[in-house]
Amino acid sequence: MSILLDFAQGVLALALAPGLVGLVRWFKARLQNRRGAAPWQPYFELIKLFGKDGVVSNNASWLFRAAPYVVFGSTLAVAFLIPTIFAPQALGGVGDLLAVVYLLLLGTFCLALAGLDPGTAFGGMGASREMTIAAIAEPTLALAIFGLALEAGSTNLGQIVAQTLGNPALAVTPGHLMAFAALFIVTLAETGRLPVDNPATHLELTMVHEAMILEYSGRYLALIEWAAGLKLLIFFALLSNLFVPWGLAVVLTPVSLLVGVAVFIVKLAFLAGVVALLETRVAKLRLFRVPELLSLSFVLALLSVISSFVLR
Amino acid sequence: MSAVLFPLMLAGYAFGALAGLLGGRGSVGRWLVALGAGLGAGAGLGLGAGVIAGGGALVWSSPDLFGFAGGLQLRLDTLGAAFLVLIGVGAIPAAIYGAGYSEAYEDGRTALRRHPRQGAEASGFMLNLFLLSMSLVAMADNIFTFLFMWEAMSLSSYFLVITESSELGTLQAGQWYLGMAHLGFVCVAAGFMLFAGGDWAASFDSLRAGAAALPAALRSIIFLLALAGFGSKAGIVPLHLWLPMAHPVAPSHVSALMSGVLIKLGLYGLLRVSLDLLGGGPAWWGGLVLGLGAVSAVLGILYALMENDLKRLLAYSSVENMGIILMALGAGLIFHSYGLMALAGLSFVAGLYHTLNHAAFKGLLFLGAGAVLHATHTRNMELLGGLIKRMPWTAFFFLVGAAAISALPPLNGFVSEWLVFQALLGGFQIPSSEMALIMPLAVGMLALTSGLAAACFVKAFGITFLAIPRSVPAEQAHEATPAMRAGMGLLALLCLGLGVLPFAVVPLLGRVLAGIGGLPADPVVLTFNLSLQMPAGFGQMSPSLMAVGLVGLLALIPVVLRMLRVNRRLRLSDTWGCGRTGQTPRMEYTATAFAEPLRRVFTQLYRPTKELTIDFHPESKYFVQSIEYRSQITPWFEKVLYRPLLEGIRFAARMVRRLQSGSLHLYLLYISLTLVLLLIVARWL
Repeated sequence: MSILLDFAQGVLALALAPGLVGLVRWFKARLQNRRGAAPWQPYFELIKLFGKDGVVSNNASWLFRAAPYVVFGSTLAVAFLIPTIFAPQALGGVGDLLAVVYLLLLGTFCLALAGLDPGTAFGGMGASREMTIAAIAEPTLALAIFGLALEAGSTNLGQIVAQTLGNPALAVTPGHLMAFAALFIVTLAETGRLPVDNPATHLELTMVHEAMILEYSGRYLALIEWAAGLKLLIFFALLSNLFVPWGLAVVLTPVSLLVGVAVFIVKLAFLAGVVALLETRVAKLRLFRVPELLSLSFVLALLSVISSFVLR
Repeated sequence: MSAVLFPLMLAGYAFGALAGLLGGRGSVGRWLVALGAGLGAGAGLGLGAGVIAGGGALVWSSPDLFGFAGGLQLRLDTLGAAFLVLIGVGAIPAAIYGAGYSEAYEDGRTALRRHPRQGAEASGFMLNLFLLSMSLVAMADNIFTFLFMWEAMSLSSYFLVITESSELGTLQAGQWYLGMAHLGFVCVAAGFMLFAGGDWAASFDSLRAGAAALPAALRSIIFLLALAGFGSKAGIVPLHLWLPMAHPVAPSHVSALMSGVLIKLGLYGLLRVSLDLLGGGPAWWGGLVLGLGAVSAVLGILYALMENDLKRLLAYSSVENMGIILMALGAGLIFHSYGLMALAGLSFVAGLYHTLNHAAFKGLLFLGAGAVLHATHTRNMELLGGLIKRMPWTAFFFLVGAAAISALPPLNGFVSEWLVFQALLGGFQIPSSEMALIMPLAVGMLALTSGLAAACFVKAFGITFLAIPRSVPAEQAHEATPAMRAGMGLLALLCLGLGVLPFAVVPLLGRVLAGIGGLPADPVVLTFNLSLQMPAGFGQMSPSLMAVGLVGLLALIPVVLRMLRVNRRLRLSDTWGCGRTGQTPRMEYTATAFAEPLRRVFTQLYRPTKELTIDFHPESKYFVQSIEYRSQITPWFEKVLYRPLLEGIRFAARMVRRLQSGSLHLYLLYISLTLVLLLIVARWL
């Protein structure tokens, strides 16, 4: 039963993901005095893409055609492991927070290889930059996990949630707050948001993620776009439910689950608003300034761990 | 069983060595060599597995052989058995692969060599000698046996390194290797001599018994000597320099063995001396090992990223992986010194697991790089590309290795890195806050390393195997021979098996160090069922279920898409080129360009020198006739550490040479002066 709920929650996350992307775009348009497309526009885009023929480069190998499935599959696997509307997950023992990080890295790895496969300069450029950013975001991610695990006494997502629920004072300790800030910066970097990457450009020399997937079309592009939306949702879910777990259903009754869904959507909408506001306010950083931003997040994460030690 | 297996191991290697000497370079000789090596390694594997599964140690001795030095004493305990298993795991696929690969050395054919050359006959002999001496290092039970086998191992591997001695640079690389190996030998021997009080026939038992009585300062000196000596074999920074020199020039199956197995024996020595014989020490021992490991890991992968020579890249990545293992072992020594035995056990298991995994995936990657070298005659990635279509099997195996070394689930690298992370996360239990604060830094370094490793292996696989070939040899590449594919396939299977079946492996690894150096004799420090669970529920994960889930999802997605009637038509077309048609390899991203962002990020370390020559058209500078770009990173260790050292040695040699004039009269004078001097000294003393 609870395993079925786990799957249902993953499918719900998958269904919400395009809407979340659309919501960020809609917020952004409104903040910039544009009317903007409706939040559900990405659903239409996906349907359109799934109906189109795929075009594949002559130079590409089987890896190019397999990568979208691996990216989509590994991201979806993560959606089954993380707490979105209830905790703890029945599948919680399958993978902890570290496993989540490495499953997401699996998708990035495959996509970077696929970027190199057609042999264009754009693809190589995107792949090279994406791996650079992923590599220097990794230490922050690990340290933020360390900080959370230190307080919860476990890297298991369910236990981290339970610990904060049981001891609400934890949520406002300096360690927690700094870990949140660090993870927020990493979220921007990992999901290709401003000021690290611009999700709205398709033909600029500054692009990262979009350059890597430039050769994709049809159903392959649809899978990749969908997985990217899901990755954004996953990071939002981690940010909201690990640091502010209230609203998550802890007993599996229909009412509490409904409340869980409602609260989750509210949390997502709030974070979408914050990201949209930020994307309206800041300009894109030059690629070689990105490491400075990420080292800031690393220092925050390190301070978070040290303060947890000191206040222990 | 062991009564049969031990003689079988010796017989197998002896047979292989003889076949190497007498069998010639033809197909029969090559396969007989591989048969002997495989038989010996297989028997060793069985022997080691038996000891680990069954517990008790096995003893063989031959007091008459080398009687002047305590005789040949062999004892196989669980620690040695683990490394015997490692040798078997690395050697069997390498031997099979080698039978195919060595075809290049057949008769006068010079597939891998630009110049005809003699001397490859000995390589089969040396290969078996090398494997035998490594096996006996892991079994040695007195100082003499250990040092003798250690030296035999270094020498036989030296001869293997210089197999292609007519190639430019091979002999020089060999000299570096020999020099570093002997520097290490001196440190190890000096450490043992101090330990045993000069008695070079002392057995390990007597050392173990006497260790507690030694003064603390002496124990630390012995530890430092062992760390330097074994560290030079293990390739820890700054003693790593021989790896990127010797690994690329050796035949590829030997590179796989050196990187997968030989350097691990440095870890064996370190564990044997510091944990078993000395019985552990103060926390700073572990802190030093952890720190050196972290530096090796980060620097190793940073240098690997800048490398465009495929085999040198892999060699630097070995420095990185040895760093990761040392981080785990260092954390283990720290926990051990604070009496946190469960965490110490976990750290050592993590380190040993990564040791085994590294043998599997680095062996696989070296064999894959060898297949590429075999097919294209170049190791320069800038001249490769597009091999995935010409060598699909090799490409697939290399991809498995690249994913495994990047710690991607569900392969083996992920499991061991997860264990190392968990071990380091346990660091908050350390009572001393300075030591405890090292742990989060180590976690950050390990994460940085693993992120950079992913970038590095995207480069290694992507530039070598994907897109359009960048040169004619790459275009005309051929698939590896069946024997070579079999060797790679075995290791790829092992990468998958060690990844999805950790619950079968970890309890055995838990037994390896049980009861050694004060660790609890009851090996069950971790509970393992289908998922890995840390003590006190610190972390839990199931790579097996994760693999099942991933495969299930991958199978499900196309089915669901088909049910949803998505458009499944596919058109092949040119790569989009901004309106320009006719794509050439020169438009592709190069290996140098791929690493450029990271070169900029870490520019303080690399200090790249850049040289740009542009030839303009005489009429207008808007038309460029040719551009030449050269860039090099600063080789810090050569420049700051080794060059002054070598200069010093040369200077001293020049000074001493003045004594040697070659004139007989002068030598007669020396003799008489010495005589007079000695007489005076004897008179006064």
